[in-house]
Amino acid sequence: MRSFWAFVKKEFYHIFRDRRTLLILFGIPVAQILIFGFVVTNELKDMRIAFLDHSNDEVTHEIREKIIASGFFINDAILESTNQIEPAFKKGNIRQVVVFEDHFQQKLNREGKAAVQIITDASDANTASQLVNYTSAIIMQYVNEINAGKALPMTIHTEARMFYNESLKGVYLFVPGTIVLILMLISAIMTSISITREKEMGTMETLLVSPLKPAQIILGKVMPYMLLALVNAIPIALLGYFIFGLPIQGSIVLLALESLLFITLALALGILFSTIAPNQMVAMFASMIGLLLPTLILSGFIFPLENMPQWLQIFSYILPPRWFLTIIKNIMLKGAGLEFVWRETLILAGMTIVLFTVSIKKFKIRLQ
Amino acid sequence: MNGNFGIEVRGLSKSFGKTKALKNVSLAVEKGSIFGLIGPDGAGKSTLFRILTTLYLPDSGEAFVSGLHCVKNYKEIRKRVGYMPGRFSLYQDLTVEENLSFYASVFKTTVKENYHLIKDIYQQIEPFKNRRAGNLSGGMKQKLALSCALVHKPEVLFLDEPTTGVDAVSRKEFWDMLKELKNSGITILVSTPYMDEAMLCDRTGFIQNGAVLKTGIPESIIDDFQGEMFSVTTSKPQETVKLLSEELGDNTVFRFGSELHIYGNPSMEIFLKAFKESHPGLNLEIQNTRPGIEDCFIQLMNSNNES
Amino acid sequence: MNRETVIEVSGLYKRFGTFTANDNLNFSVYRGEIFGFLGANGAGKTTAMKILCGLSKPSAGKATVAGFDVYRQSEKIKQNIGYMSQRFSLYEDLSIIENIVFYGGIYGLSYREIQIRAKEMLTNLGLWNIRRKVISSLPLGWKQKISFSLAMLHNPSIIFLDEPTGGVDPVTRRQFWEMIYNAAEKGFTVFVTTHYMDEAEYCDRVSIMVDGRIVALDTPKALKQQYSAGSMEEVFLKLARNKELEKEHIL
Repeated sequence: MRSFWAFVKKEFYHIFRDRRTLLILFGIPVAQILIFGFVVTNELKDMRIAFLDHSNDEVTHEIREKIIASGFFINDAILESTNQIEPAFKKGNIRQVVVFEDHFQQKLNREGKAAVQIITDASDANTASQLVNYTSAIIMQYVNEINAGKALPMTIHTEARMFYNESLKGVYLFVPGTIVLILMLISAIMTSISITREKEMGTMETLLVSPLKPAQIILGKVMPYMLLALVNAIPIALLGYFIFGLPIQGSIVLLALESLLFITLALALGILFSTIAPNQMVAMFASMIGLLLPTLILSGFIFPLENMPQWLQIFSYILPPRWFLTIIKNIMLKGAGLEFVWRETLILAGMTIVLFTVSIKKFKIRLQ
Repeated sequence: MNGNFGIEVRGLSKSFGKTKALKNVSLAVEKGSIFGLIGPDGAGKSTLFRILTTLYLPDSGEAFVSGLHCVKNYKEIRKRVGYMPGRFSLYQDLTVEENLSFYASVFKTTVKENYHLIKDIYQQIEPFKNRRAGNLSGGMKQKLALSCALVHKPEVLFLDEPTTGVDAVSRKEFWDMLKELKNSGITILVSTPYMDEAMLCDRTGFIQNGAVLKTGIPESIIDDFQGEMFSVTTSKPQETVKLLSEELGDNTVFRFGSELHIYGNPSMEIFLKAFKESHPGLNLEIQNTRPGIEDCFIQLMNSNNES
Repeated sequence: MNRETVIEVSGLYKRFGTFTANDNLNFSVYRGEIFGFLGANGAGKTTAMKILCGLSKPSAGKATVAGFDVYRQSEKIKQNIGYMSQRFSLYEDLSIIENIVFYGGIYGLSYREIQIRAKEMLTNLGLWNIRRKVISSLPLGWKQKISFSLAMLHNPSIIFLDEPTGGVDPVTRRQFWEMIYNAAEKGFTVFVTTHYMDEAEYCDRVSIMVDGRIVALDTPKALKQQYSAGSMEEVFLKLARNKELEKEHIL
């Protein structure tokens, strides 16, 4: 045990004596969150949508069909009551609910106007405003069609409402995204570099020719980065809160625990990379391309996963950041509890166990 | 396995892809003695060290360290040996003291516990104990690395090129320390590219292209030198070398500062005398001289290349 | 001696803060000479070498290399010296000829000239037929000979060799010294540092630096006589040992 603590202490010396490491650890997170102040937008398709049809008549059916036929949406559910809207969003797969007021056809025919409410999950701000525009446009088009050749034009009043992020701030999505990215960066990349550095400097040789067990070496190397990563998540959350006014709706304890789980997983990944990479350079590039890019592109951080080709979506299932991003978005923006994210949590936990086992097994007790 | 040997190597071979790093290497090091493995870069010295320190698995052959099998008992070996790899295995960003206490704790001991062992060496660098290892001079780094390798009181010490790039003074001091350690009963295997250090070992072995050319007591290796060594002084070294090389072929005549060294069989003397007669303008002086350990290595290398 | 001077150093100082790395150096190196520059680790050899190669400026004193002043004409100096270090400075992933073309280009040689010199150099080394081989596939000794010849490609008047023979086998080492002798014979001046004390015997003159100062400078023979020593190693140890210990304790 004493040799373990000596190891941890030594690791902290390395970190605090290297200005570059410190800069990566504490400078980059801040820079990143400030840079990602805007969102890249994309064409939407196959967004999941639900209907709450209080009227259930010919016209509402026709509008519903038009919306689905547009190709942008997939009908996910028909809701029965207003109470079901919130849980439907919390489950996470529904992006929009279209609510028709009762006696819709009657009102339209008698009074020449009726109302539709479009409620949208705005935790992804850009997608949300696009979705509203699409839906409104489809309804407007329908109205124009039925008005053709009629003396008295009819109007359908659409009312848009945003859930969770009423002011449509793109940065709301980027704070959780950046947290995921930073945790990945610090945990995976820094550990893989610090282990390969020992290989490169030749110190790994002396460590191997010692009574230390592989697990002791690994834990000793990993522990400091685990702490640092957790410490690092705090300024990011604070930055989000104070500069971008991002609220944390859910439980902070749950958020911390989930982060810890993800950090552990990322560390295991880092160790795995270091067992393969012969030097710091390779470790750096491997983790950049193998971890950072997928986190950026395939986790739903920048590009909505729904719009990706099927095979990429399937591929994204094996990427831990995807699951963690879902968890963290749900907790921070929607205030979801464990009951809504247990599935993702289990997946992450499973991945962690597998990765750790593999990396300790793969960590060589010899040089080759 | 013989109980008198600190290290015993039998027919070790090891390849990396197509490169044969070690070819059927055998040697034995008596307990409490210094064995010097002499050879150029890429000869296979480090590969042998890494097999003995359990870092590589041999392709064939067996090796024992402190009577323990290098593959089967690797865990036990790791507790009992000290290893100083090629480029001193120090943490450059840690101080002298931090390096030492880190290595102590890795071996589950403390600097205090075995201070008597490293005292003589460590005292020389103790004034700089708060300096980072990266800022030490070559000689001091070497002493620190040795202290780190000794701090857990190993039975066998593996020193892979500890004196490379270190100046002659530090090298001399280093060898004095090794003598002390040997006297305290530690078995030492040391590798070096400096031929003259062979003379400081109890036994020495020449290694070249993965094969051990010869092992033995340094003096008796010199006694085994085949033929004679002549030292020739001349007023025109350039011209003399050229003329003699034309007559005798390459790798026979070498300049040694102001002298030339030539080796050959006893009849060489007759040839040289005749050469002197026929080239009076060169002012030749011919003397019979005792070969150095390097001359022996060269001879072994050449005969090995021919066979 | 009325030989042509190629390096002239007088009253040279180099200080880093309160630390004096070079303390009043005075020496001359003559054309065609093999000049051994010895000293313990940290004695100030590297600092002095850097000044002579035009990479660093002295704190005080005078120094000219190939007739050029180290303060004002460092670019000219770089054009007129060759440098080879222990690490050879060859590109491992380029072929022999590509390395030569690259190196020649750096020194502003015309393509034609590079072709001519490359052919001459490689024919002398017996490597012309394998000129397209990649450096990394060559044995250490060959690399060493190539990089030495490369350092002479642009016809410098002085060649600086910084521990050129580290880690090679004794045959290669002796062959390498043959190359040095031949270069000196052709009029190149060779300035060499080494930790091999037997190589000190091979030099025409040897200077020994201790603690930033040159404490001895003469032919190996004269030095051995002066210090009644059997070898240069003994001379070196006598001079360097005590002072080195003193120095470490002062620091």
